[in-house]
Amino acid sequence: MADKQSTQHDAIVTALKSRFGEGIIDVDRAFGDCTFVVSKSAVHDVLAHLKDDHGFNMLMDMAGVDCMNLPSYRERFELNYMLYSVPNNVRVRVEVPVPELDMDVPTATDLWKSANWAEREAFEMFGFNFVGHPCLKRLLTHHEFKGHPLRKDYPVMAGQWCSSTSDMTEELNEPK
Amino acid sequence: MADPKTFNIEDFVPRDGQERPRYSAKDFDGDVDPSRDDFNEGLTLPDINTQPMFINIGPTHPATHGTFRVYCQLDGETVEKAGVDIGYLHRGFEKIVEIKQYNQVIPYTDRLNYCSGLTNNVGYCKAVERMMGLEVPPRAIMIRVIIMEIQRIMDHMICCGANIVDIGALTNFWYFFNAREKLNDLLEALTGARLTYSYTRVGGLAWDLPDGWRDNVKTVLKGIPKAIADVRGLTQKNRIFQDRTRGVGVISQEDAMSFGWTGPTLRATGADLDLRKVQPYYGYENFDFDIPVGVNGDVFDRILCRIEEMDESLKIIHQAIDMIPDGPVIVDDKNVVLPPKQKVHTSMEALINHFKLVIEGVKPAPGRIYDAIETPNGELGFYIISDGSGHPYRIKVRPPCFYAMNTLKFLIEGGMVADIVAILGGLNVIAGELDR
Repeated sequence: MADKQSTQHDAIVTALKSRFGEGIIDVDRAFGDCTFVVSKSAVHDVLAHLKDDHGFNMLMDMAGVDCMNLPSYRERFELNYMLYSVPNNVRVRVEVPVPELDMDVPTATDLWKSANWAEREAFEMFGFNFVGHPCLKRLLTHHEFKGHPLRKDYPVMAGQWCSSTSDMTEELNEPK
Repeated sequence: MADPKTFNIEDFVPRDGQERPRYSAKDFDGDVDPSRDDFNEGLTLPDINTQPMFINIGPTHPATHGTFRVYCQLDGETVEKAGVDIGYLHRGFEKIVEIKQYNQVIPYTDRLNYCSGLTNNVGYCKAVERMMGLEVPPRAIMIRVIIMEIQRIMDHMICCGANIVDIGALTNFWYFFNAREKLNDLLEALTGARLTYSYTRVGGLAWDLPDGWRDNVKTVLKGIPKAIADVRGLTQKNRIFQDRTRGVGVISQEDAMSFGWTGPTLRATGADLDLRKVQPYYGYENFDFDIPVGVNGDVFDRILCRIEEMDESLKIIHQAIDMIPDGPVIVDDKNVVLPPKQKVHTSMEALINHFKLVIEGVKPAPGRIYDAIETPNGELGFYIISDGSGHPYRIKVRPPCFYAMNTLKFLIEGGMVADIVAILGGLNVIAGELDR
């Protein structure tokens, strides 16, 4: 099965490289996974292409990473999309380096509905600004919370006093 | 009382495709002419308040089985709009593990989905082991399969039991919990704990099976089908149960996938996506079991899928319990596993080894990995980044019910208030896993 997945990865790598060229910065095949490092300007097109032409109908997860303590990195932040294709039974990962000073990333909510809360979580934990998201509010932390707790410069033991109740008009009026 | 001979099961199956009538106060608006004489006599229809009413369900509501808040705009008993707020149990799992060693993370994973802690232990250890390229001994793998399937049964018992309680049938809960108690005793004999087990270690298991455990498992398993049959008998063909669950919270397969659903909730829509079959791990491909799938994707199918899955898990345990090979339960690698205590006291190398492992911990090579297993709720994924030190640089958990909960707003809007708890229970939202 691993071989089959590897062959499928080969085909996707070839297709994406020929189509997006410079947009694909790097491809990482460690541990039998397949990771595309994609530039921020091309990410929405790459994701749409993977979804429409390669059958990646599920966005399994999104993970922000603060790379400031890693030995080598491209930009301070990066965003990982874990994609899974049910018809082809194959997984890929799309990784987007995001500079600290320009954290706008195009939203994926128009492609997968699961991106809604995943992006809200990435926004509150790291501060990514998802352009076009219908309701970019804090999700897991309190609405009075200041800062982005999963950044490496946020102290582990730092607590904040948050007291008021949130009125949930924005969530209530979010389009269905 | 009707003649028992006229009883026909067809009568108890709800009308397919037929929507239940739903009235709202607005339906009566304008029906009454204020110029009529009897307008002010007694209660007239315009007296009915047609303003939307706003209510909170939660954060602490007995039917939410956890802490989250559903804020609803109601028109009569119909939910017009809803907003869902989570995070009341957010404990910063992903932040705290960054200062822990790899083995110290295991007790934290217990607290993700606390209804099936062992499955989380295994999922996390499997990701780290794959990252380090460790070959877990076959005995440990077989024991992991058995405890995962026991946990699947226990998790489904809680989920189905609680879901059916929420819609008003208490007895099933006790039938399931009697059986679950015995399974809990089994795990207590094995791990010493009843809720937060922390039984696995990176590289294998903490200790071997106690004496006679396999026979105990066989004895206990004999009682489980009876509990399942009892609950089936009380629910499956029950008119009230069907009315409360069929056609409630329906979602199409396409939408469910777009929302990132996995596990029994997705399979209830008809997709046979189960990682144990499609991307087998731990030798699941060698077991004879089926994947139950639903048809309509409503609450009824979700509950039945879970009940059927219990049967399949029983099958797996029955096969696995006789297949446990002999041998060690943890890898023989001094970079991963502590040396035996006796050697620590008698040999210098073992003492140093012990010291280094305790102080510095397990050190995977730099890299990143996403690894997922099929938990009772769905796909539990761990995205782990190692920078080569003894602490994980970043761990991102993919909790299955996070994405199910994302859908709640869309499932309950347009339905009745009473359906909220039925839908919520069917999604099996566990707050510990949801908020991490």
